[in-house]
Amino acid sequence: MFADEFMRNAYLAGTFVALACGAIGWFVVLRAQVFAGDALSHVAFAGALGAAAIGIDIRLGLFAATLVVGAGLGGLGERARADDVVIGTVFAWILGLGALFLSIFVSGSSGGDGTAAVRVLFGSILGLSGGDAWLAAAVAVAACLALAAIARPLLLSSLDPEVARGLGVPVRALGIGFFLILGAVAAEATQAVGALLLLGLLAAPGGAARLLTDRPWLGLGLSAAIAVGSMWLGLFLSYEIASLPAGTAVIGVATAAFLLAALRDRVRTSPQLLRQTANAPGGAVPGATIGT
Amino acid sequence: MSVAGPHPSWDLVADWEQLTAYPFMVQALEAGAIVAVMAGAIGWFMVLRRQTFAGHTLAMISFPGAAAATLAAIPIAFGYFGACGLGALALAAVGREGSGGRAGESAAIGTVQAFALGLGFLFVGLYGGQLAGLEALLFGTFLGITEGQVVTLLCIAVITLLVLAALARPLFYASVDGAVARAGGVPTRFLGVAFLLLLGMAVAATSEIVGALLVFALLVTPAATAQLITARPVRGLLLSVVFAFAVTWLGLGIAYFSPYPVGFWVTSLSFGLYVLTRLCPLSPRGRQRTEAPPAVA
Repeated sequence: MFADEFMRNAYLAGTFVALACGAIGWFVVLRAQVFAGDALSHVAFAGALGAAAIGIDIRLGLFAATLVVGAGLGGLGERARADDVVIGTVFAWILGLGALFLSIFVSGSSGGDGTAAVRVLFGSILGLSGGDAWLAAAVAVAACLALAAIARPLLLSSLDPEVARGLGVPVRALGIGFFLILGAVAAEATQAVGALLLLGLLAAPGGAARLLTDRPWLGLGLSAAIAVGSMWLGLFLSYEIASLPAGTAVIGVATAAFLLAALRDRVRTSPQLLRQTANAPGGAVPGATIGT
Repeated sequence: MSVAGPHPSWDLVADWEQLTAYPFMVQALEAGAIVAVMAGAIGWFMVLRRQTFAGHTLAMISFPGAAAATLAAIPIAFGYFGACGLGALALAAVGREGSGGRAGESAAIGTVQAFALGLGFLFVGLYGGQLAGLEALLFGTFLGITEGQVVTLLCIAVITLLVLAALARPLFYASVDGAVARAGGVPTRFLGVAFLLLLGMAVAATSEIVGALLVFALLVTPAATAQLITARPVRGLLLSVVFAFAVTWLGLGIAYFSPYPVGFWVTSLSFGLYVLTRLCPLSPRGRQRTEAPPAVA
């Protein structure tokens, strides 16, 4: 499998993008901001189309759009966390802008029939060049480092903003910083896995890790491990099964991990079974075997 | 814009005659009105229940449904209804009463949506990569609506609104305060599932015609605007329906005279209305001032 250069590039970019998505996704789930993450991935789509419509580098449009909207959502602070309605309203309009850019782009380039839009929507992890793959990996590593730098105060301000504020933690600035990191990852992951499938790597590993453990750092690691594992297994499956698209395979594995985690959670918390297994030592972790 | 294209004038009657000169525009206006009334009413409850993410997910789920129907060579409407129905049940299964409160719910909805989109991508791939309809699927065209489709849409809208009217009172209590409603014997869990199914049906009926994007915009923005203006249920519902209807017809009218798509105009008009409402004194502070006297009396 690694004899093919495109697979090596896919694994290189995929591993680091998944690592970043998994780590950030854990915080996204903890802060109940999956909808905001989803909105950012669609914003990336509109940004890319806007850049295509006015004829500049698509990547520039991606980053500009996600960073600006990310900062805006973060700036709404506490209200953004509580109010999915505001996010939904803003984001419906940005989709409308995407429709406008698409129509300008399609009518501008006579041959264009929306294939660029499709490429942005679903990514092309198997079509990355060596340079693209290294760039994706570099952005993802930078995002991970930035996240690591603010992880401790971010965790405190996510779990209990009141206490964090009382201790002098800049809760609002952290929220904006977190959204900027999320925006950068969303823009970059759009290149690799596509705007729509990015959501799966944000939501599923974080959700699974949250169901598996309450311990924060273990959960963070588990989430990143599940994301990377899903990426590896998904890429392998799509290489072996010709008709299976890479994005579908990756999301499928991540969803399976989430379902197993939810199943384990349900079994563990259901009262009768809880009594039966009360004396048993902490059992195997189904999601983790998928993840690693 | 070409010389032969329609030209707007300040004579509104002449504009209206231009607008309705072609049957396809008349049908688009009819379908738009039906969709707007249905989306305005259901959207008001969706916003009240803070289920925006679920609504967006249902709108997105129509994509794999359409792709699956194309692959299986069955009428595409079956794909829409099947996918949105299944999606509503899946969301209900992972939803509110599920594990982990708000954080767990949002992760679960996100996973459902991502998986559904992944499936859609797989179906499209299996079909042979013909993605010609994707743009129409997401953004809708409003054009080429047949008279039969308008009648079907009207039937579905009437059924949906009747069911919603029957559920409205208990659904309102369950949405505003679930714990109290449950204590009062209101079957909140059943209502939650029923509402998601209703939302799914409404989305499925409208996706095919107006696209996933516009459905979501009509569900969320007019309702959010109405709830900024008033907290009273009947007045809010009416306002939401009126706003949805107004932005749809205005959007269709402007789009007819401009080279840009309907989706852009409708979302921009409704977003502009929302921002205006947020900024001007119709929002809560002003409301408190105007409603204070009756509360005292």
